[in-house]
Amino acid sequence: MTQATGDLLTVENLNVEFDTYGGIVQAVRGVDFSVAAGETLAIVGESGCGKSVTVQSMMGLIPMPPGRITQGSARLRGQEILGQSRIDGREIRGAQIGMIFQDPMTALNPTMTIGDQIAEPLQVHKGMSRAEAAREAIRLLEVTRIPEAATRAKQYPFEFSGGMLQRAMIAMAIACKPEILIADEPTTALDVTIQAQILDLLQDLQRETGMAIVLITHDLGVVARMADSVAVMYAGKVVERGSVDDIFYRSAHPYTLGLKAAMPSNDPTLKQSLQPIEGSPPDLFSPPPGCGYAPRCPHAMKVCQQQQPPETSLSSTETNRPHGSHCWLHEADSPFKPAELHFIENDSAVEQGAAS
Amino acid sequence: MSDSTMKPNKPTPLVEARGLTRFFDVGRGRRVHAVDNVSLTVGEREIVGLVGESGSGKSTFGKTLLGLHDKTAGEVLFRGETLPAKYRSVDYQRLAGNMQMIFQDPYSSLNPRMTVGEIVAEGLRLHAGVSNAMARERVAEWLGRVGLQPDHMSRYPHEFSGGQRQRIGIARALILEPDFVVCDEPISALDVSVQAQVINLLGELKESMGLTLLFIAHDLSMVRYVSDRMAVMYLGSLVEIGRADALYFDPKHPYTEVLIGSNPEPDPELERSRPSTAIQGEIPSPVNVPAGCRFANRCPKVMEVCKTVTPQLIKLKDLDREVACHLYD
Ligand SMILES: Nc1ncnc2c1ncn2[C@@H]1O[C@H](COP(=O)(O)OP(=O)(O)OP(=O)(O)O)[C@@H](O)[C@H]1O
Ligand SMILES: Nc1ncnc2c1ncn2[C@@H]1O[C@H](COP(=O)(O)OP(=O)(O)O)[C@@H](O)[C@H]1O
Ligand code: SF4
Ligand code: SF4
Ligand SMILES: [Mg+2]
Ligand SMILES: [Mg+2]
Repeated sequence: MTQATGDLLTVENLNVEFDTYGGIVQAVRGVDFSVAAGETLAIVGESGCGKSVTVQSMMGLIPMPPGRITQGSARLRGQEILGQSRIDGREIRGAQIGMIFQDPMTALNPTMTIGDQIAEPLQVHKGMSRAEAAREAIRLLEVTRIPEAATRAKQYPFEFSGGMLQRAMIAMAIACKPEILIADEPTTALDVTIQAQILDLLQDLQRETGMAIVLITHDLGVVARMADSVAVMYAGKVVERGSVDDIFYRSAHPYTLGLKAAMPSNDPTLKQSLQPIEGSPPDLFSPPPGCGYAPRCPHAMKVCQQQQPPETSLSSTETNRPHGSHCWLHEADSPFKPAELHFIENDSAVEQGAAS
Repeated sequence: MSDSTMKPNKPTPLVEARGLTRFFDVGRGRRVHAVDNVSLTVGEREIVGLVGESGSGKSTFGKTLLGLHDKTAGEVLFRGETLPAKYRSVDYQRLAGNMQMIFQDPYSSLNPRMTVGEIVAEGLRLHAGVSNAMARERVAEWLGRVGLQPDHMSRYPHEFSGGQRQRIGIARALILEPDFVVCDEPISALDVSVQAQVINLLGELKESMGLTLLFIAHDLSMVRYVSDRMAVMYLGSLVEIGRADALYFDPKHPYTEVLIGSNPEPDPELERSRPSTAIQGEIPSPVNVPAGCRFANRCPKVMEVCKTVTPQLIKLKDLDREVACHLYD
């Protein structure tokens, strides 16, 4: 699929694997997506589908060994960043791309005050003096709405609540004014009231700075609230991507449809039960040769077990972002087109998706 | 719960907490008010959802109810019998078959060195008089009931996904056919698609065998699907109790409203149309709890009286609902 012009970050055919005792884990198997300046891309999918590994590859955070990027590219403003630590004379990690994690404690040093931890990279990357950096750290804590920032800057991570730690990590991540902020499940461990505060904060910061956000989550509610565009991942691949409206109102891939049906509904007139997706994601030691979703897919056909579905463009005129889905159901001229396809025609959910 | 016009044949109480209180001494004269004067009834064959933010006292309440913590004050009645304030080992032996707990984390709560068969049969073995052959048969039957295969018996927990491990934990607790089960967050570590599997499984087991369950969770939207009633907890106290759907769609307490409203919905148009759902502040420390309403420092509807007078749970007229808030005085 052709990329929308003006993309800030473009990832193509990314493949990452890990050596383990049990064999080679193919964690990421050909991921494509792009992010435009100032927009929020949500990457959504079940745990273990490769979301974190995808973004960690771009940040140079994959432990090698046992990890390996076997194929693919990630270009920031057209320049390759895989395997690079700096482009255009600036550090990629920290300066051009900032990152926050689900568990702030993995990124924070427990023996150093919060203020010093924010100030240190400012001295290194921006050449600020000690005093300047310390003042800037307090300002950043204020920006991320930590009350009594000057006092808090002198405290250690254990003195902060989970929500405060997440704010401190955001302060650190935006310190060098990155063009992209990668947020890997930033609110998964937080209560909903604190999640709402952090999501508001991210939106406000984006409005003020114009930075792009890549938000990893497995919560479709968070996607709906935050995203401009969405990449849905399953078993190491992007199975559907498009604008947030394409993904929610014109969903096409059976996995996207399944995820939506499994979400609790807030419509009091609908008293239907939850519709789980039966089974669990495939083992990435020996991923299936065909579509990764086939073992759980209610529409699986013979071809699905044998060959990987290509991406079909479903772009509508309603948005200028490309909408695509990897599923044999969309391939009118698939070599396996046979009568097998017919049984799905009564399925309203798929018809809705495919018709648009 | 007192009687209601909406539900005439209300279940007879199976488990009843009356003014149940559990404090923890944390040194220098400071006490954590983890559970403070909570009264809640779970009826025969009823599922009650207990929801609230992290640290609100849900797990402590569940454990105190089952005698896993000593009671600081208040009492627990089981089928009308008052249970001891502090369990001795004979009490555990006598009550373990009646009351069971399913724990939060499907990853750390199963012994990695035991096979699934051994894990599920563990409770049976402790109860004398069950032969090995009988135990195998029961385990096979229960693995089937929770949607696993009998031949999974010889495998180890690490070979299973989070949702499957949760099913193993459920089979382990239910194989003793307890009269009452406390499920502590059995789903929050799981993906939505799998959470729905577990919720539906509990719903089916309730239909087929009449489970009585206290279901502890953060998230009301999922819990309401299996709950008959829900109770909302904040900083050690119950703030609202009512029928699950009615409470979810028509919350009366400002905190319940905030909990439900701050959960974003999977609908981009709706989310674009509501600018912000966040309230200020965080849950206060349960050490030295503030006077007055415990939610006052964050409540969007706070009044002068809220800062000094602690609101009590009162029953709302014409509604099967109890609320602790001065708006309803
Ligand atoms: N053994 C203990 N000693 C001291 N304080 C404790 C102990 N156990 C729990 N607490 C405190 O009691 C309060 C209630 O804790 P509890 O674990 O019951 O909360 P919860 O509602 O289950 O939270 P979560 O949703 O995070 O599981 C918390 O402030 C907690 O820190
Ligand atoms: N360091 C590692 N060694 C081996 N396997 C790994 C490593 N990191 C991730 N994986 C595997 O890669 C797959 C994708 O993981 P991850 O990207 O963390 O998933 P998620 O979508 O939940 O973020 C999983 O099967 C995971 O077990
Ligand atoms: S390719 Fe086949 S198995 Fe995969 S999602 Fe489409 S119909 Fe289902
Ligand atoms: S009592 Fe007052 S502060 Fe507490 S919830 Fe009601 S209105 Fe809010
Ligand atoms: Mg991850
Ligand atoms: Mg708990």
